[in-house]
Amino acid sequence: MPVIHITNRAGAESTLEAESGISVMENLRDNDYEVDAICGGSCACATCHVYIDEAWQAKLPAAEADEQGLVEDEPTYKPTSRLSCQIEMTDALDGLKLTIAPEA
Amino acid sequence: MAEHVVIVGAGHAGGTLAIQLARAKDRFRITLIGEEPWPPYERPPLSKQFLMGEVALEKTFLRPETFYADKGIDLRLGTGVTAIDRDAKSLTLSDGETLTWDRLALCTGTRVREIPVVGRDLPGVHYIRTINDTQAIQAVAHEGAKVVIAGGGYIGLEAAAALRQMGCDVTVIEMMDRVMARAVAEPVSRFYEDEHRARGVKILLETGVAEIGGTDRATHVVDSHGHVHPADLVLVGVGVGPVVELAEAAGLAVDDGIVVDARARTSDPDIFAAGDCTRHPNAILGGDVRLESVQNAVDQARCIANELTGKGADYAEVPWFWSDQFDLKMQMAGLPEPHDQVVVRGTPSTRSFSVFYLRDGRVTGVNAINVGSDYVRGRKWIAEGRTVDPSRLADTEIPIKEV
Repeated sequence: MPVIHITNRAGAESTLEAESGISVMENLRDNDYEVDAICGGSCACATCHVYIDEAWQAKLPAAEADEQGLVEDEPTYKPTSRLSCQIEMTDALDGLKLTIAPEA
Repeated sequence: MAEHVVIVGAGHAGGTLAIQLARAKDRFRITLIGEEPWPPYERPPLSKQFLMGEVALEKTFLRPETFYADKGIDLRLGTGVTAIDRDAKSLTLSDGETLTWDRLALCTGTRVREIPVVGRDLPGVHYIRTINDTQAIQAVAHEGAKVVIAGGGYIGLEAAAALRQMGCDVTVIEMMDRVMARAVAEPVSRFYEDEHRARGVKILLETGVAEIGGTDRATHVVDSHGHVHPADLVLVGVGVGPVVELAEAAGLAVDDGIVVDARARTSDPDIFAAGDCTRHPNAILGGDVRLESVQNAVDQARCIANELTGKGADYAEVPWFWSDQFDLKMQMAGLPEPHDQVVVRGTPSTRSFSVFYLRDGRVTGVNAINVGSDYVRGRKWIAEGRTVDPSRLADTEIPIKEV
């Protein structure tokens, strides 16, 4: 199983054994990390906002326009911001490192 | 000793509240009671991706089925609540059992409005509110099936888009002179009518349903102009109403919704309520509202969780909604009414534009179609109560951030 290294809002680090073939958001949500993912992954809100570790930026498919439009106007936006519902977890992402963004 | 919190209703609000409280380990004993056989799930996909079979059933669950037991939440599914005894701080379940509570949360949601016409009880007449409803529709919505949809609101149009993409022959019957008339301005309605028609959905405006005909099952719909529309499936989407009977019988204040204060507390200090069933104050909107939305269900549930864990704050959230139809993603924030000006930004024919609602120059609402940045900016302006220059807003040469 691939793993995701997660820093939560309180700054605590943990490692999640992730499931491939579902989104990063679903992995976080199903394991009760602090993403609300209110729209259920349809890229209609920004409540699954995470920061992807620099080293992993290039390994992810680029954000589509609708994701970018939503996330870049979040008050907590950083250049490393992504919506985790738009990233599919794969074995190739084993070791992915991310931080849950603060509540907007 | 842990406080026993009993949550009535296992929808978005009830589910979210249970999930949030479970994070405060040891402080609460949580019982979550749901009438449906399913653990808390997302309802929006029922008229969209789940209807089309693009999303598996378990994918709609807010948490995996095993989550609740793992967190020590006593999840009672297929169970109703028949009465609340405020003096005894207890309630009676549909199976006759009595539960006592320290705090009670009513997350009873809404139920669909029935269409008041002859034939409404015939087999083949469906609503979309639950997983079971959508599964029943899927069973008959085969390619080429004739579907007549009563109501051109969000649910009706989302279902029309999904069923059309599934190869059904779809007719939408709408009483008003445009679709989604209650929720959006005319340019948005006309755009969606054109999009649906271009894909072969028939949309009949200023038309009502006079009768649903058939003997053993619905076979046709007679409209208010006397035209007969053959139907393998009749779908009704004419709105919902809050489920308030339990609260009313318990003597709680009710006014088209269970009346709660800014901390989601009912007229009984130990009873809270969240979601579609509540009438609540919202500092940003400056009045009491009842909303039918996932955002409000989740945020109000969090408001209760915060109150119970000592982090309480008054409820003040910009309402937001979304609607997926075909490849069109509409994102909405605020409440358009009341407004005195509508500003269209962009050109509908490009299939990417937005409509802003203004009152006294302040932004009160936004509908953004395939343009997420306008939605996010509009939501921010609504929260800030910001005034904008309508002519700059309408000028797409000026980036939205610089308006």
